[in-house]
Amino acid sequence: MAATQVRSEMLAPRKAPDRRTGLVGWLRANLFSSPLNSLVTLALAALLVRLIWPFLEWALFNANFLGESREACSSGGACWVYISARFETIIYGFYPPELRWRVNIVFVLLALVIAWLAIPRMPFKKWGALCALIPFPIAAFLLLHGGYFGITTVPTRDWGGLMLTITIALLAMVGSLPLGIMLALGRRSTMPFVRGVCVLFIEFWRGVPLITVLFMASVMLPLFTPSGFDLDKLLRALIGIMLFWSAYMAEAVRSGLQAIPSGQSEAASALGLGYWHRMILVVLPQALKLVIPGIVNTFIVLFMDTSLVLIIGLFDFLAVIRSGLNDPEWLGYAIEGYVFAALVYWIFCSSMSRYSQYIERRLHTGH
Amino acid sequence: MLRPSTSIPRRGRGPLWRDPALRALIVQIVLFAALALFIVFIVDNTLSNLAQRGINTGFDFLDQRAGFGISQTLVEYTSNSSYGRTFIIGLLNTLLVSVLGIVAATIIGFVVGISRLSSNWLVAKLAAAYVETFRNIPLLVQILFWYYAVLQALPSPRQSLSLFDLFFFNARGVEAPSPQPLPGFDLTLIALAVAVAATLGLAVFARRRQIRTGRALPMYRIGAAIIVGLPLLVFLVSGSPLDWSVPELSGFNFSGGITLIPELAALWVALSIYTAAFIAEIVRSGIMSVPKGQTEAAQSLGLRGNITMRKIVIPQAMRVIVPQLTSEYLNLTKNSSLATAIGYPDLVAVFAGTTLNQTGQAIEIIAMTMGVYLTISLIVSLLMNLYNSRIQLKER
Repeated sequence: MAATQVRSEMLAPRKAPDRRTGLVGWLRANLFSSPLNSLVTLALAALLVRLIWPFLEWALFNANFLGESREACSSGGACWVYISARFETIIYGFYPPELRWRVNIVFVLLALVIAWLAIPRMPFKKWGALCALIPFPIAAFLLLHGGYFGITTVPTRDWGGLMLTITIALLAMVGSLPLGIMLALGRRSTMPFVRGVCVLFIEFWRGVPLITVLFMASVMLPLFTPSGFDLDKLLRALIGIMLFWSAYMAEAVRSGLQAIPSGQSEAASALGLGYWHRMILVVLPQALKLVIPGIVNTFIVLFMDTSLVLIIGLFDFLAVIRSGLNDPEWLGYAIEGYVFAALVYWIFCSSMSRYSQYIERRLHTGH
Repeated sequence: MLRPSTSIPRRGRGPLWRDPALRALIVQIVLFAALALFIVFIVDNTLSNLAQRGINTGFDFLDQRAGFGISQTLVEYTSNSSYGRTFIIGLLNTLLVSVLGIVAATIIGFVVGISRLSSNWLVAKLAAAYVETFRNIPLLVQILFWYYAVLQALPSPRQSLSLFDLFFFNARGVEAPSPQPLPGFDLTLIALAVAVAATLGLAVFARRRQIRTGRALPMYRIGAAIIVGLPLLVFLVSGSPLDWSVPELSGFNFSGGITLIPELAALWVALSIYTAAFIAEIVRSGIMSVPKGQTEAAQSLGLRGNITMRKIVIPQAMRVIVPQLTSEYLNLTKNSSLATAIGYPDLVAVFAGTTLNQTGQAIEIIAMTMGVYLTISLIVSLLMNLYNSRIQLKER
């Protein structure tokens, strides 16, 4: 019979064409997919090399890191001596040097509490939250400020540096979140007067810049309080910052509340739960979980905006760096100062944002 | 949310305090009373404090002589002008830097946002690095960096860095050539207005024609040709009635041209770069929010790449982008108040700064300053609500 045209055995698989796989394939697909793309890639790469190499030379290879005065900066690169010589002030401000161990203890406690709350695998989260909200602030206040149990008082005007920035940021976060939750609930209340007050409050703070709020806190609050009742400068700023951010928290939380189907609340109602039980046991746990990314984003902006307190004369991290630049001893090192400040803020903020992305992925349950 | 039903008879249903409607009423009355008491307490304290410190009240100070100079004034101002005038100057300077910032931030933001979606790996990664870097550095640090570390470190006017001998960069600011219209230049402006009106009219006609016949006009090209061509033609025919005043070094300073003061330059650069990072994210999320099926459907109908983008993807993405974009513009306007830190004479620096220090009338001045920002926010959010109701999905 005629020879059969049907092949009876499988052909060995051929390799994919070289130009489609491996490094070459990746380069072709992602960097050189068309003539225009190749041109763009080459131009950008050339630009990058020309920018990054001199920057690295300046910031690392030719830089001076250790020393006591500007005489140590002789190599022509960045003068990080400016930072290292003033490192203690940058961290602690004018906190008395012999008492700085107290700040260190607070830093360690803070790191422990944050680790407890932020690492998902740590057990007893509820107790952790309770520790963070009650014993930790009391201990931190006693250690930082003192004044009781024979602990030497360190007035807040001596506080400064990174320690002050972190203190302001944490207090503002801890203060504005509960207030924001209350405002968000109020804005969704069925009681017209409560709702109106909350809407006015939220829209007012969201409509004005933080600077004017800080000005208001520093010049108007003393007029509002009875004469003789002297509010601490730091406390005044904190009140302003908390009120301001509570409005933003409220909007973040409200978006979560809106996402919870009303059936949840109705079902809880049918089980005989009252308003507060419905909110605390059923609605808020679901809503807050949804808005963790939004809240963390607000925290990030809040942290960055603590730098504004330097305008009303508080001596925070950025203010310490800036004040050093006016020192005749250190004139001309503005670039080093601000690059360092930017780096520190960047590390804090981008780690917060990484964490929020991680939580978002963890809580994302499909669909 | 459940609303307590009023139809449930109150009698025979337990004690009064279990009645939700009555409880709601009591809660509101208590809140009202507490707020009223609080306000009375504050007003009372304030009045006695003001009397005690001998601070004036009322808005009479607005007519008094200010007596200080301002480094950048868009309308006429001398140190003999009134405090009311300082308010206007500050407001105009705030609006100037906001508008400049909004334009620049929008351009950079769209370029970076679209670049993040580029198929070119290097472009996408660079755009991502831009966003991650500038979004996580406080605006104040960026402003101070540009002002103290970059602009103040530029050489003195005599050693200015120059660009084509037209633009000069020095520690006193940026010098740029300025146009000096000669008589007859009005004609060009009129031609421009006519061209814009004609283009708008033609666009309406083209749209009607497309609905009627299905044939489209290349409106972008025609419009560009009219708007550029007509004024250019008039300009050339009328004998190029425009002179350029080029900055020139005379003695220790520049004469001619216009000067961008370094405070404005630093604030502008920092605000644009910072806000652009946020706008880029908005643009990216807007484009990504358009389902892939839309692009695929357009392609299966035979639309080419750029028409798919222009007619299918962008109109739908804009619905997501525009509201967020406006709130970013508002943020930029509010953030421009950081000008205080480097001494750019905006509303907060001039009015809530110098004027407040000289008059001491904190309450009136802070209220007026906040009022300005609140009004801007209010107007923009009203416009936004109108826009939102117009572009909302028409669901059946």
